[in-house]
Amino acid sequence: MPLPKRRHSKARGRKRRTHWKLAAPNVTECSHCHQPKLPHRVCPHCGYYNNKEVIPAEASKPAKT
Amino acid sequence: MRHGDKVKKLSRIKSHREAMLANMVISLLTHRMIKTTTSKAKALRPVADRLITFGKKGDLAAKREAYRVLRDHNLVKKLFEEIAPQFASRNGGYTRVLRLGTRLGDGASLSLVELLTAKPVVEKDKKGKKAKIKEEETKKPKEEKAEKTEVSGIIAPEKLAKKE
Ligand SMILES: [Zn+2]
Repeated sequence: MPLPKRRHSKARGRKRRTHWKLAAPNVTECSHCHQPKLPHRVCPHCGYYNNKEVIPAEASKPAKT
Repeated sequence: MRHGDKVKKLSRIKSHREAMLANMVISLLTHRMIKTTTSKAKALRPVADRLITFGKKGDLAAKREAYRVLRDHNLVKKLFEEIAPQFASRNGGYTRVLRLGTRLGDGASLSLVELLTAKPVVEKDKKGKKAKIKEEETKKPKEEKAEKTEVSGIIAPEKLAKKE
């Protein structure tokens, strides 16, 4: 069985973890309602996609599977 | 290596997967659009395309092949007489998958799958818009009720303002 030979300081572990970073999601503006939205997704605010298409998404729920 | 793995297994055994996709394609043909996870939505496309191709072929053998999946004579009739003719000018790719965002409970990516029929999108501007507006108006009362009961106050007023 592998066993640690030396004590591992708090700083050593913390220094390694300085590279764990969160990236901010890439947010774009909806071309219809100008609210922030995620790219390549139907706008959650107005249900539009690519400027024109109306998706009666959240409100009039399409059949689930 | 994932060479040659064409079938998305969706964490299911074959019989379970095929039953699920059959159920989904029945819903899709019945309702024209369905909401599901992105993985299932993408797995559904070839199943739907295959059935619509049977519909365009239109002979008895094709009807029986379609019935094997749909298990509903009325739906086979609808596929062959109403849905398939609308795809006469299109060779494959009869569906569209639009990503909606993530589900609250488990963070799964959700999508909308729709048949590229009826309800003209993009092309035929004026007629399409009128048709859409009419449909929206008919749906509105339901939407408002749902929103009021669920979220009341915060989101509802904005949405109402925008839709009108
Ligand atoms: Zn929007």
